[in-house]
Amino acid sequence: MAERSFAKEVQKLKLGEGQEFTGEGILAITKALLQCGVGYVGGYQGAPISHLMDVLADAQDILGELGVHFEASASEATATAMLAASVHYPIRGAATFKSTVGTNVASDALANLASGGVTGGALIIVGEDYGEGSSIMQERSHAFAMKSQVWLLDPRPNLPSIVAAVEHGFELSEASNTPVMLQVRIRCCHVHGSFIARDNKRPAMTVADALENPRRDTQRIVLPPASFLHEKEKISKRMPAAIDYIRRHGLNETFGGEGKVGIICQGGMYNGVVRALQRLGLADLYGETRVPLHVLNVTYPLIEDELVRFCEGKDAVLVVEEGQPDYIEQALGTMLYKAGGSVKLEGKGMLPMAGEYSGDVMLAGIGGFLRQHAGDLLAPEIRAPNVPAPPIWDDLAKAVPARPPGFCVGCPERPIFAATKLAEEELGKHHIASDIGCHLFSIMPPFELGATTMGYGLGPASASAFNAPDAGRRSISFVGDGGFWHNGLTSSIGNAVFNQNDGVIVVVDNYYSAATGGQDILSSRASNRTKSTNHPITNAIRGMGVKWVRHVERTYDVGLMRDTLKEALTTPEKGPKVIVASSECMLNRQRREAPLKKKAIAEGKRAVRTKFGVDEDVCTGDHACMRLSGCPSLTVKHLDDPLRDDPVAAIDENCVGCGNCGEVADAAVLCPSFYQADVVSNPTGWERFWSTLRGRVIASLQTSRERRRLSFEVAQP
Amino acid sequence: MKYGLPEGDDATRGIVKIAILAVGGQGGGVLSGWVTDVAQRTGWHVQSTSVAGVAQRTGATIYYVEMMPRDPARGDARPVLSLSPAPGDVDILIAAELVEAGRAVLRGFVTPERTTLIASSHRMLAVSEKIVPGDGKASPDTVLRRAGEASRRFIHFDMETMAKKAGSVVSASLFGALAGSGELPFPRDAFEETIKAGGKGVDASLRAFALAYERAASGDGEHEPAAPAVKPKPANTPARLRDAWNGLLGRVERLPPPVRELAGPGLVKVVDFLDPAYGAEYLGRLERIVAADEEARSWAFSREAAKYVANAMVYDDIIRVADLKTRPARAARVRTEVRLREGQTLRTTEYFHPRMEEICGLLPARLGAAIERRPGLMKSFNRLVDRGRRIRTDGMLGFGTLWSLAGLRRWRRGLLRHQVESRHLEEWLAVAERERASDYALGVEVLKCRRLIKGYSDTHKRGQSKFDRVLSCLDLLRGRPDAADWIRRLREAALADADGVALDGAIRTVRSFAEPSSG
Repeated sequence: MAERSFAKEVQKLKLGEGQEFTGEGILAITKALLQCGVGYVGGYQGAPISHLMDVLADAQDILGELGVHFEASASEATATAMLAASVHYPIRGAATFKSTVGTNVASDALANLASGGVTGGALIIVGEDYGEGSSIMQERSHAFAMKSQVWLLDPRPNLPSIVAAVEHGFELSEASNTPVMLQVRIRCCHVHGSFIARDNKRPAMTVADALENPRRDTQRIVLPPASFLHEKEKISKRMPAAIDYIRRHGLNETFGGEGKVGIICQGGMYNGVVRALQRLGLADLYGETRVPLHVLNVTYPLIEDELVRFCEGKDAVLVVEEGQPDYIEQALGTMLYKAGGSVKLEGKGMLPMAGEYSGDVMLAGIGGFLRQHAGDLLAPEIRAPNVPAPPIWDDLAKAVPARPPGFCVGCPERPIFAATKLAEEELGKHHIASDIGCHLFSIMPPFELGATTMGYGLGPASASAFNAPDAGRRSISFVGDGGFWHNGLTSSIGNAVFNQNDGVIVVVDNYYSAATGGQDILSSRASNRTKSTNHPITNAIRGMGVKWVRHVERTYDVGLMRDTLKEALTTPEKGPKVIVASSECMLNRQRREAPLKKKAIAEGKRAVRTKFGVDEDVCTGDHACMRLSGCPSLTVKHLDDPLRDDPVAAIDENCVGCGNCGEVADAAVLCPSFYQADVVSNPTGWERFWSTLRGRVIASLQTSRERRRLSFEVAQP
Repeated sequence: MKYGLPEGDDATRGIVKIAILAVGGQGGGVLSGWVTDVAQRTGWHVQSTSVAGVAQRTGATIYYVEMMPRDPARGDARPVLSLSPAPGDVDILIAAELVEAGRAVLRGFVTPERTTLIASSHRMLAVSEKIVPGDGKASPDTVLRRAGEASRRFIHFDMETMAKKAGSVVSASLFGALAGSGELPFPRDAFEETIKAGGKGVDASLRAFALAYERAASGDGEHEPAAPAVKPKPANTPARLRDAWNGLLGRVERLPPPVRELAGPGLVKVVDFLDPAYGAEYLGRLERIVAADEEARSWAFSREAAKYVANAMVYDDIIRVADLKTRPARAARVRTEVRLREGQTLRTTEYFHPRMEEICGLLPARLGAAIERRPGLMKSFNRLVDRGRRIRTDGMLGFGTLWSLAGLRRWRRGLLRHQVESRHLEEWLAVAERERASDYALGVEVLKCRRLIKGYSDTHKRGQSKFDRVLSCLDLLRGRPDAADWIRRLREAALADADGVALDGAIRTVRSFAEPSSG
């Protein structure tokens, strides 16, 4: 069960010929796949393509009617390997994942797929997570396309263009027997726009048809001598076929007429370039430009003659290419040199080598280029700028705290790291290896735990060098349940067993692949209509040969969690010590339970709502609880008391009553300020009776004492 | 004010550019969806984008919308709109929280010649603001002032509380403020239609929308109503204590006005802790201090003494906690906080974790001290005591236990903890008074160091040790003109982090210039 329900989006997939589709870019791609008669789709979720997966997962009925097979793959490698179905059969297939992390994982399969080539169109949709909001390291997908020689589409970021790119992608793939990568940047995936839909198409050959009529062609299998022939074929046949297709269908576009200067950009950069030109007074609202523009909707392979022709007769061209290294600029330089071109080639230099090409970067870079090479095009005040420098507001910079992402309210992973901090208080600091997933937020305050992150499911693997049984300390490594099933079981757990690693491994099990949007995985506890779930992680670990396994079934038990960690760190037992720490992702749990509870209360059924609170007069304002929690609903407030200097703890109404703050206060022996309040709606008659009776006794005790003392009540506002 | 390149004939002035800065989980996505929808509903060209991903998990997020009216002359042509906001090029900036408005200003998205800044003035504290042992909260005044300077128009009020009152969330009141600001040329109906079309929590959203709409439309979005002052007052004065209490009030009245301001609340706190006699003890100390103080110094020493002596006298022990948790006012506060409705019942569970140290503090001084002197005995008793206790204060047993513990207060003066605390208080006061004699400002700073002692168990111990370490520098600093300033800096360093890293550094600095070099 994903974080969201996509019932509404699924309806959009049903739109037919001539109807207007309105929605996000990634959803438009999903619709385009069906319009192209795709036979199967696989992928691994992750921003910004999770949507595609989630929507298809909720669209099983439509897919079933069309005979389209959909699969949530175990990893990006699995998804890419799935495209093998297009090797011998004329079936169109698509795989999708987050780039470049997914592309890394996929590259073994990608290389094999690219070597043998395909018969049916094979499209790999990579969602680029590049730029300031990115959660991953910054690299370019371009390199993968070049090294495997698969074609790379980078369409202009509007819905009609990306839908066209999907259609051409399949045809290009079939025309050149080569898989095609469709690169869509994160903002493009989330862009809201519209296009005119066409009818969905049933695949000409379904996977069922193929299964019943198996085929094979030894020439397409990566095994000598065929593999060396593939290498030659890529150059002699497939590349020329691709270039021919791209040229014939005009996949790259040229805008604007003649001019002494021009700009060559990746398709994805088009809107940014036009915006800069608009602001410089050189393009109108609809993109009519006075500076000629050559837009590379296909960034690999480059079409040499198109590019050389665009540069002909120009004094200077600017290449707008996001990310590093500058592959396109280098290639263009070579082309122009060989062609004896005299045009001045600008690119990185005018624009920064690294980083996102945001609006201000683009304006400065293109403005600079034009001032240097075509000053006459610009209005005088732009040609000779005279602007004050932006103000420097140090006081404001100090007043605005950083706000990195962190664990959600009630997250069951928070107590795991509180327990780790407590264990470290007793046993000293340890080397901690982290992994990809929500649990990676442990590296941020207040926990500040974890030294490295080496890749999905590779947390324990990245601690494998720290295997020194003679050392006084053991390494601790984390892996999430998502990472565990993606890659961790073999690369991390299997490796630790085989190499007799003495470290401690914590598997953070929250029942879902939570960071990517709460998709089900093998160990999810829910029943899923189309997937097999409920496979315990502990079984897999024992099956791998781990002897020391502990299962903490409720991570909120901070004391137990801490003691289990301490035991793992100190037991004389050899080999990997694995703790599986399980509790359901609170975001998903709330999504599942909150509506049910609301309904139950409305129907007059008994329901308990739990919330935590802080007694503000008991709290001394030391904030030790915050340093072990970081829960967004646990915050501080200033009391209206002239005798108090520091703000006290407070819990806001977003509290979901997970109990972490009380457990932490108990395990760390902090303070008695926390209380748990359980509100019972529609209590039973018996409960009401007892509650009234107890209330009376308590009130009489309170009154008798109040009568005998001076009491100072803060007047309730 | 302009950033970056100057713009001449900017073709994009016909586009309305709206950026939304929010904290993940605040509903920024819903709001940008609404903004997009209202434009679409009116037949405009509109494009929105976001960078979601993990930043949604409580991090700072940004959504961006561009919109423009359709040009009948251009038919079906689509404009080329940008996918990201640029500094100096935003018309409307919506910040769902106050420091996010500050962040928008820092990023250059708010400029005086064009940007209308609509911000909810409530705070969602960042983790870094909460984990400081002292006060780590960002200064809202700086953000408000700079945001006002940086924007063309600044609409700000607490839209979070407003939304909550309506049973909704901040996205609804932000949408209302946007509509009410009149910055978008769409009628109010169009905005409301958009909310209705969303289909979820429509009535509550519309209520929040309306409240914010009216506030923003009235032009009254610039200032907050002042919070009504809450004054403590004796709610109940038993006849036999009335004279004693009035006598104490009379003594407070005779203190110099600046001291009185704090001695009033101080007296209340102390008497509330124990009894009127304890209040007399407090005032006795204070009167002695005032007698040695002088008006020329604005009674600074006495003022701080009024505050910190009261705090020191009201130490946190089990009796106090049990007392606070069994009071009727506390029960009332919990009921308000959980919004207990008619027909619902409430269970309250307290999280206690007493250790042998706290139990010893509860024993008669000699007995407690005797046990404490025997580590073996402490350890074996501790095995029985040291564990988490969940006490149900809505139940008779749990409530009765705490109520009885609170009753121990009448014997408090003879208990170990009281004696330890009294001794510590006297020592600290003596040091402060001694320093005052030669360096008035230094004496005041020594008093203020009391702020370092807080918390329970280990936290309390850590606070005490920081207090000791700061005061241990007195010998090094005494006689220097900047001695008081250094004690202040040391104290602030001690409050900056829990582990005392900043304090260690500050102490090293003090040693480096105060100790004669050994070479």
